[in-house]
Amino acid sequence: MNNIFVYCEFDEDHIADVSLELLTKARKLANELGCKLEAGILGHNLKGIEKHVFPYGVDVLHLADDKRLYPYTTLPHAHLIIDLFEKIKPEVALFGATSVGRDLAPRIASKLKCGLTADCTSLVFGDHKDNKSGKEYTNLLYQIRPAFGGNIIATIINPDTRPQMATVREGVMKKEFHSESYKGTVKHIDVKELLHDDLFPVRVVERHMEKRKVNIKGSPVIISGGYGVGSKENFDMLFELADILGGEVGASRAAVDAGFVDHERQVGQTGITVRPKLYIACGISGAVQHTAGMSESAKIIAINNDPKAPINQIADYSIIGNIEDIIPKMIKYYKKNTK
Amino acid sequence: MSFRIIVLAKQVPDTRNVGKDAMKADGTVNRGVLPAIFNPEDLHALEQALRIKEQRSDAEIILLTMGPPRAAEIIREALYRGADKGYLITDRKFAGSDTLATSYALSLAIKKLKPFHLVIAGRQAIDGDTAQVGPQVADKLDLPQITYTEEITKATTKEITIRRRLERGVETVSCQLPALITVHSSAASCRPRNAKLLMKFKHARTVSELQEESKDYTEMLTSKPYLQIDEWSVADIDANTEFLGLSGSPTKVKKIENVVFAAKESVVLSSDDKDIEALMKDLIDSHVIG
Ligand SMILES: Cc1cc2nc3c(=O)[nH]c(=O)nc-3n(C[C@H](O)[C@H](O)[C@H](O)COP(=O)(O)OP(=O)(O)OC[C@H]3O[C@@H](n4cnc5c(N)ncnc54)[C@H](O)[C@@H]3O)c2cc1C
Ligand SMILES: Nc1ncnc2c1ncn2[C@@H]1O[C@H](COP(=O)(O)O)[C@@H](O)[C@H]1O
Repeated sequence: MNNIFVYCEFDEDHIADVSLELLTKARKLANELGCKLEAGILGHNLKGIEKHVFPYGVDVLHLADDKRLYPYTTLPHAHLIIDLFEKIKPEVALFGATSVGRDLAPRIASKLKCGLTADCTSLVFGDHKDNKSGKEYTNLLYQIRPAFGGNIIATIINPDTRPQMATVREGVMKKEFHSESYKGTVKHIDVKELLHDDLFPVRVVERHMEKRKVNIKGSPVIISGGYGVGSKENFDMLFELADILGGEVGASRAAVDAGFVDHERQVGQTGITVRPKLYIACGISGAVQHTAGMSESAKIIAINNDPKAPINQIADYSIIGNIEDIIPKMIKYYKKNTK
Repeated sequence: MSFRIIVLAKQVPDTRNVGKDAMKADGTVNRGVLPAIFNPEDLHALEQALRIKEQRSDAEIILLTMGPPRAAEIIREALYRGADKGYLITDRKFAGSDTLATSYALSLAIKKLKPFHLVIAGRQAIDGDTAQVGPQVADKLDLPQITYTEEITKATTKEITIRRRLERGVETVSCQLPALITVHSSAASCRPRNAKLLMKFKHARTVSELQEESKDYTEMLTSKPYLQIDEWSVADIDANTEFLGLSGSPTKVKKIENVVFAAKESVVLSSDDKDIEALMKDLIDSHVIG
């Protein structure tokens, strides 16, 4: 049985969260198939990096350490991964749906003539019978993703090509240690042998990376506002509630587009996916593109003056009324009844 | 030799207005029932080409699209904004192509348009949101790629300098030409139609469109050859049909589900003080908050 591979994205001095989330998922998939989990890190100054990934259950870690590999450019990374895949022939290969992963994965898929599914929200194994040829397949990777602006959910398979490739956005899968003492083996890619000058037509002249300012994804409580919040000023109420509850403020795209809050707070299909303990949706109608990013929250409270708003269907509590009335009441009660 | 720029654009169903009958039983999109638009990021791509043309008198912009006959509409839209010429790749044998098969066909057409300096695509099309076709065309043409272009800051015949928009920052890169770049929605919006160009290209047509309209086009095309939008079939681009359509597409759609909410038993509350207080008490008692 061939193995499952995860491309781990190296960012300056650490592995991107999305890669660790993918390792967590891939470990479970490998257990199901009874195969190994392999990973690759391409970057510079990687000494000791293995101890950050082995706890996620990596059996074999392929390392390429060279100063020409960081910052990332497409061709050298693609070349090394293609070469590696030709040798190890993975069954499944996963990439983060990030600026890097979405640049790299299609290039590799094109060279290896294999299928690639972008932005999967769920990955499971399942069987398949081809209606035309009658051929039966077991343990194909079902790559499940919203399509068509989120209006449908499609299950995509690659019956005949390997690896079965997919990208997944940050925050869609959960990140969890497999075992803190887990030990795999490190294999070094022969970078000097494989890289040649033709692979460097692109030169990085300058980079400005911003540190992430808000951390909605990790917050246990999210107070999210939509177009119905009405103004930037009304969002202040949401910030106050989030503040006293120890949470963060999220938003729908309509609220972001209206300029009420920054884009980095957008929850949903084209924003971030969250699963907090408590999600309070204020003045959000509940379009699928929004709920795709929050429907797995443990508890959902919807505040909306329209009893027919779709968000009420997935809410544990629907408060029918105006946010201007309700939020101040919540703040007042909380302040009075906790120290 | 002119500075030739090939812009890849796709006509897409407007996914903001999707009805029930939008998907066919085989899992492919039923384009017939949806309004068709110029893929938004491809307009940003066109604008980047038009900006180069403003600066270089030798620039020539060719719009290339693959799609059904009606996709000629977006070629006209591009002509109205300043593109010089358009090609429509259309053939029933392309139906059902995934990104790999699409990029194969586009790359063959681009080879026919050699020599060129730059291929510009949108980052992604709103029907699939895959963002794969650009990099895959680059691979098939053995070109370097630069994705997520926000602005082309410099373009000479040998080299291009680009500011890219990444998730968490910006990066400036330079790259040898020829190259393929994809353009991000944070790049400048496309200029509106130009009234003079609209007059000039209003009657631009593909031969099949003219046949459909049963017009006598031979005379028009001899006196105004710029009005002809070229159509290419599988044979015209020397494609191997094995690599096209459903057979050339390694990804298969196994299942399509409409999004339905699994309705929960939800507790409906009013904005009365007592309702809000009871809810808050519940949340605090169950340690969800506090
Ligand atoms: C390709 C694509 C991707 C998208 N990605 C995302 C995404 O990632 N995230 C996202 O959120 N959206 C996304 N959208 C947009 C999405 O379809 C919806 O348009 C958006 O979520 C609607 O935001 P909203 O609920 O805030 O606004 P609206 O739909 O306008 O809803 C406002 C709600 O507020 C209620 N309301 C009004 N006044 C009050 C008041 N005083 N008190 C209480 N309630 C009030 C109204 O009853 C209504 O239900 C995407 C769309 C497309 C096409
Ligand atoms: N059929 C097509 N014809 C021309 N260009 C296309 C076609 N499909 C995709 N493209 C280009 O590739 C980009 C990415 O498309 P996609 O991979 O489908 O998200 C688009 O923005 C277009 O520039």
